[in-house]
Amino acid sequence: MKLKLLVLILSAALAACGSNVKPDAATGGNTATDDQGGARVGSISGGAVDNVTALEGKQYTVSYDKGAVDDPDNILYNKIIYFDFDSSEIRDEYVELVKHHGKYLALHADASIRLEGHTDERGSREYNIALADRRAQAVKKLLLFQGASNDQIVIISYGEEKPAVIGNDEEAWALNRRAELVYGK
Amino acid sequence: MLLKKNVIRWLVLLGALLSMPALAVLKIDITEGMEGAVPIAVVPFVWRGAKMPANADVSAIVASDLARSGHFAPLPARDLIARPTSPDNIDFATWRIAGVDHLVIGSVRLLADQQLQVQFRLFDVLKAEQSLGYSFNIKASHLRSVAHRISDYIVEHLTGLSPAFDSRISYVTTQQQVQPAAKPGGKPATRTVYKLQVADTDGFNPQTLLASPEPIMSPDWSPDGRQLVYVSFEAGQPQVFVHDIFTGARQKITDFKGLNSAPKWSPDGQYIAVTLSKDGNPDIYILRLADKTLRRLTRHWSIDTEASWMPDSRSLVFTSSRSGKPQIYKIGIAPGSRPSRLTFDGNYNANAAVSPDGKSIAFVHGEGNAFRIATMQLEDRAMQVLTDGPLDESPEYAPNGSMIIYAARLKRRAVLAAVSADGRHKQTLALEEGEVREPAWAPVQ
Repeated sequence: MKLKLLVLILSAALAACGSNVKPDAATGGNTATDDQGGARVGSISGGAVDNVTALEGKQYTVSYDKGAVDDPDNILYNKIIYFDFDSSEIRDEYVELVKHHGKYLALHADASIRLEGHTDERGSREYNIALADRRAQAVKKLLLFQGASNDQIVIISYGEEKPAVIGNDEEAWALNRRAELVYGK
Repeated sequence: MLLKKNVIRWLVLLGALLSMPALAVLKIDITEGMEGAVPIAVVPFVWRGAKMPANADVSAIVASDLARSGHFAPLPARDLIARPTSPDNIDFATWRIAGVDHLVIGSVRLLADQQLQVQFRLFDVLKAEQSLGYSFNIKASHLRSVAHRISDYIVEHLTGLSPAFDSRISYVTTQQQVQPAAKPGGKPATRTVYKLQVADTDGFNPQTLLASPEPIMSPDWSPDGRQLVYVSFEAGQPQVFVHDIFTGARQKITDFKGLNSAPKWSPDGQYIAVTLSKDGNPDIYILRLADKTLRRLTRHWSIDTEASWMPDSRSLVFTSSRSGKPQIYKIGIAPGSRPSRLTFDGNYNANAAVSPDGKSIAFVHGEGNAFRIATMQLEDRAMQVLTDGPLDESPEYAPNGSMIIYAARLKRRAVLAAVSADGRHKQTLALEEGEVREPAWAPVQ
């Protein structure tokens, strides 16, 4: 029985060849990679509305008003950070996004998030629980550094148990290696 | 390197060898033929004083177990040339001509106190003599169990392998449940239901111990086969529970901040090893059940998880990413023990299980994009890849060590599979509906 030849595509390669990844239906965020490379960041002052930042080819508004996280045009609408296989390092193109969320949390003490860690289906389940936890912890560390406080963040690791996309190829796996910020109501 | 599939020697398939009778949830597909299986005839048992209940046909259960063992080819009932009911009316010559090497006859009799007396005799057709015979007085509700025990006696006598059929398996199933739309014209929602189930080794009597909308993981048996330890996310966070399968009584045993995962019961029953991250990062701890004291075994910033006990309960193997990628290590539980690395081949080795005799481990071996089950002899570190992948995981040994059951994907479905410890004989077991994973065999009592 022939095995399908699966090529492990690292995120850098994914960006470099400009292949488009399907949008994540669950949160509505646009996850297509961009030929032009990572995000550009303008300077931010608290509450300012007139600055924009680019993430993955779309121009987003940056503002930290209450409700910004539910505004599809706001950078904070993006709440998923993707990872490389067996890695919990936050990729360059997501560092600024995490920082924005950190600043939002810093400005709104009553805001809180569940930070959910996930992996793709490959490898063993319990190792993946630990790996997904590391991913969430890496995001949390960066959020705290921006001024969010510990009691605003609850981490839960699901390992490979709750995939965003069902599929047995790199396209699906890339979308499952993620940390999700779930804002509480 | 993969072992070539050549002539199959006799190997016993155990544990999750599940037939497809009416009430079974798991069904079995034999993926490779059973060459060299010994022809045996199991004659329907005679019932005296009582009627045979459905699903308790002792001879059918025994024939089914023997077939699944991979060692035997029982004659189909319709091909039985005779149906002897006592040693006196066995015509060995006729059985020899029929090509049968061994013959099993038996009876079930209702006793005055409503117990059943089950008797069986195993005959060597070539020698024309009895090899084995036992009589059991049992409660009627134990009839299927006694049938499995008879299978174990026969297998042990003729192959030397220790018992496995008179036991149970546990596993986690997931099923998508469609819920009707909340409003007319709306879309129906699907939600996942997770179940922890226990069944007889032939798939009968599947019973749900826990059903939950949140994940259930890593069931592991107590050494006396009466309890399961597992992880449940039912409360929104992972917690480790111990669950008595007979009384249903359940106790939460770890509920720390962060990870509560990968629980494993020590063979001497005294400890449960568990992975916790409460002290900063995932590490192995052992919980002493007598006094609930917790002791930390690993102290490293890397991921340390998936502990599995050696048979002496004095050391365990585990997965660690301390070298950069997951590899298998071993550590003693005595204070001051340092871990030593076991796997060096490839850059993904995880999820080890220890064989009942402690001489080998089975684990997940990743190479490129394929994840396969491999074994390693601990004495000489000889490694052998047993399965094809590409997404094999959760290996566990059968109670007599001759088979390894694991979770695999078959055409996008999660199924259980079994492979003989030398890699030659394979089977797949799939749920009728939904998906099944994380199998664990109860030790035989």
